[in-house]
Order: sequence, then C-alpha cells, then structure tokens
Amino acid sequence: MGSKTRKIKPLQSRDCNNCNAGAKLSPRNTGHTVIEFEEVSYGYSGTGPLLSDINLKLAPGSFHFLTGPSGAGKTTLIKLCYGALVPTQGRVTLFDQDVRQMTRDDVAHTRRKIGVVHQDVQFLDHLPVHENVALPLTVSGKTTEVSDLSDLMEWVGLTGQMEALPPALSGGERQRAALARAVIMSPDVILADEPTGNVDWDMSQRLLKLLIELNRMGKTVLIATHDMNLIRAAKAQVQARVLRISDHRVQLAGADL
Amino acid sequence: MRRRFSSLVSRDTQADRVVPPTGFTARLTVFASGAMAFLAVFALALSLATGRLADQWSDALAQSATIRVSAPDGQVDQQVLTVMEVLQTTPGIKDARVLTDSEQRDLLEPWFGPDLPIETLPVPRLIEVIEEGEGYDPEGLRQRLAGEAPGAILDDHARWREPLVRAADRLRGLGVVSILLITLTMAAMITLAANAALAANAQVIHVLRLVGARDRYIAGAFVRRFTLRAFSGAAFGVIAGVLAILFLPSADVGGGFLTGLGFRGWHWILPLAIPPLAGLVAFLATRHAANTTLRELT
Repeated sequence: MGSKTRKIKPLQSRDCNNCNAGAKLSPRNTGHTVIEFEEVSYGYSGTGPLLSDINLKLAPGSFHFLTGPSGAGKTTLIKLCYGALVPTQGRVTLFDQDVRQMTRDDVAHTRRKIGVVHQDVQFLDHLPVHENVALPLTVSGKTTEVSDLSDLMEWVGLTGQMEALPPALSGGERQRAALARAVIMSPDVILADEPTGNVDWDMSQRLLKLLIELNRMGKTVLIATHDMNLIRAAKAQVQARVLRISDHRVQLAGADL
Repeated sequence: MRRRFSSLVSRDTQADRVVPPTGFTARLTVFASGAMAFLAVFALALSLATGRLADQWSDALAQSATIRVSAPDGQVDQQVLTVMEVLQTTPGIKDARVLTDSEQRDLLEPWFGPDLPIETLPVPRLIEVIEEGEGYDPEGLRQRLAGEAPGAILDDHARWREPLVRAADRLRGLGVVSILLITLTMAAMITLAANAALAANAQVIHVLRLVGARDRYIAGAFVRRFTLRAFSGAAFGVIAGVLAILFLPSADVGGGFLTGLGFRGWHWILPLAIPPLAGLVAFLATRHAANTTLRELT
C-alpha cells in the first residue's frame, strides 16, 4: 500500500447545508436527478415483464424505501439502478447518462459513485476485512493504509475485526462491513437490498441509523425491504418516501406506513 | 499493444492479491508450459540439425562427380586416357584425377577387408571430377563419353543427393511444424486453465465488478498470473531441455545424424527465446479467455 493517503472519514458531510432528508444537491452531481427511470420495463428471458412502465426519479439527497412482496422485482429494480441490468424497454439514466449508451468502463466508473449493499453480501474471502472494505479504492488505483480506515471501521463498529477474514464475521458484522465498503468511495448514492434481512432487530436499527447518517450527509439512499417495522422506525427519524412495487409497477405508498 | 502488455505484466501487488491463489490451475499451467518448452527445445534442435545436415549433404556432393570406367582387359587404360582428355576440354570442370589403387582399396576395405588384391580383380577405374563455377553440363558430358569412351559412366551424385536433401528439408519442416503445434497446444492448455480459473473465481469477479473494477483491471490480475506462470514453467522446461541436449553423446564420425542432434555456436541462444514466447502465448490466451468471460458477465 502506498503512503500518500488521507484519513477516510465517512461521517464528514460534504457541503451539506440543509441536512434534512429530501431533495438537495450533491456536490458531485448538479443535475436534478441521480437516477431516473422513464417508461422502464424489464423481463427475464422466457418470462413476462417483471417490471412495467416504471417512471421514477431519485433526487440528490433523497431517502426512499422500496417495498413489495417477495418476487415483486425489488432486487431487479435495484440492479437496474446500478447498471447491472439494462432495461428491455424504456430508459434508465444514471448521473445524466443513458445506461444503454454506456460502455462497460462507463458502468464500472459509475459504480464508483453508487455504493451497493446486498442481503447476501459477498466478499473476497481470502482477504481480511480491512482490505475488503478498501476494495473500491484498490480497484480505482488508490492506496490506503490500515490506519486510514480506522474512523470508518469505528463508525460501523468493526475496529476489532479489521484483520479478520470475512467467513469469521457474523451476519450483522458482514452487513456493516458491506456498508463500510459501499461508502468508502464517498458515493453519491447508497442502494441497499434487504440490508437487514439476515440480522436481528437491534442490528437492523443500528444499520438503519448508519444509513440515515449517510443521508444526512447528502447521500441519496434507496433501501429495498419488506420490513414494515423498519420503514416505520425510519420515518420517525427521516423524511423518507415509500415506493411499493405492485402489479409490475411502482406506486407511491400511503403516508400511514 | 506494447504498453498494454507491459502494464499487464508489470507487477501490481494489490491487483494480484484480489484473485485468490488457485493451486490446481497454477500447477497445471507451470507443468504444461514446462513440458511444452522441453519439447520445443528438442523440436528446435531437430530442426536446426536437419538444416545443417541438408546443407552438409548438399555442399559435400554438389561440387563433385565420379566417372566409372569399366572395359575389357587391355582397353581400360586407353579409355581412362580418353576420358581424361574429354574432361580437360569440358567447360566447368576444375580438376579431374584417377583414383590410385590404394585409394580404391581404401574405398572397398569396409566390405572386403584390408588384404584385397585389387590388381588382380576386374574392378572399374574411378575418376574423381571437381567442378568449378556453374559446373558442367552433365547430359552433354554423358553423350561425349558414350561416343568416345563407351565404358565410362558419369555419376553426378544427383540421384543420391536430391532425395537426401529433400528428406532433410522435410525433417526441418516437420521440426518447424512441431514447434507450431507445441505453441498452439500450449495456448489451448493455458486457455483451458484460465477458463477454469475464471469459472472458479466467478464470485471474485462479481464482487470486483460490483465495486467498480474495470474489465482491464480484472483481466489484468488473471493475465499477469498466467503469463508469469507460463514464463517460469517454460524457463524450467528450457533448462531441462538444454541439459538433456548437453548430455547427449558427443558428435563424431561414426555417430552420424543422431549425435549431431544439438545446437552449434550461436544456436545455443535460440532456446532462450522460448520462455518469453511462452509468456506471450499465455498473455494472449489468458487475455482472450478473460475478455470473453467478462463480456458474458453483466
């Protein structure tokens, strides 16, 4: 690892003057939306459309939940949000770039601005946790020292597990390590797909708190979950909108959630 | 291309660490490239030896001819004189001389022993002819000999030389084809090993793409690893092959072609080209396999 590095402090806000959840500009992105869906449909080969005519705009700094029954297409929509899938119809725009027009390098570069946390989070099991967390920096040619990660690891409560290998982590620790990895590049958007699916209530509250803190720093957050209690808990702390996938379409859920 | 090759081959500790060590494909690649390099050394030696042989046979026999004079008793000496006169007036002949009894005895000694009474036997007289420049016209000389010395038969060695040179050339060609086949086989084996490694590391690739790694970065990690393995395996193979050639029986007159199998002079440098060639083959094969696999992934 190189020597010209700086301390990584994910909790530092970047020019966030208005830290209430909702639409506000991220310093990196001056457009109106970071992710936009226009008449988007997607279907896997051999089946009918899973998602149909989706129109969606995620403003910078907004906080959204995405809910719906299992198999409704939450994970598919999340994958469309970071260019892992290309819509079969319609247009997905990430940071003002049409996904269909992006080269593979463009997609890779865009993913550095989007942190993703999956329910079944995957790591490189042969590398210690701190190297896994620093992976986005490594692949983008930046170097880090273990000491540079101390603040970030403290933030997610994994200071004692920095040298551990991922298989030794509990479910909650894996999720927090994934969150640390997702935010290490200080991305503009955090996408979390059932981040609390494998953890207990206390741990899910802890993860939620971290995601809310990120949103208060100006990050756009989209969490796919079917945990209504988590959504209620979040709405008590942050101005979040709830999107529901129903009949292949995305609808704005009622305010009583 | 050269910049890309050097950037991929130059050591990147961080990038190399993202791909876990894979024992099976590592051993397979090193063994395959080592074995192929070992065979390539022999194919190279065969090709060079046959090339030398073809040149030797061609040079040794091309500038000389033999005239055999067979005639009834009492006419041999006269016909020999006639043949010598004909040869002196034939353009393209530098020298001609009649072999002495002693020289003829030496030629026959391997078959009849040292005490052959050659003077009492009806052995044909032999005349050695040395050509110069573009040589003589063999057909014209044959016709003149048939007219003036009917017992004289010209042997210009063509019927011996041509099939030998043709066979040596064909052997040399087979050596080159062998090297080509070895190269292609090594490329195929490394492609298979690289594909196996890529398939075994599908999760690693998925994670790397998720965190924003570009295809070149991911491919580079695999390409570097396989290129270095192929290079090191080939280096071992070349060392083993060269040692084996060194310990072949030394060339001597009785050994003939088999003991001539080896390298001479600056040809000893040629095996040094095999490890870089193996590295280049591995580089191209792995890059192709990695790019194909990555294109198939989202």
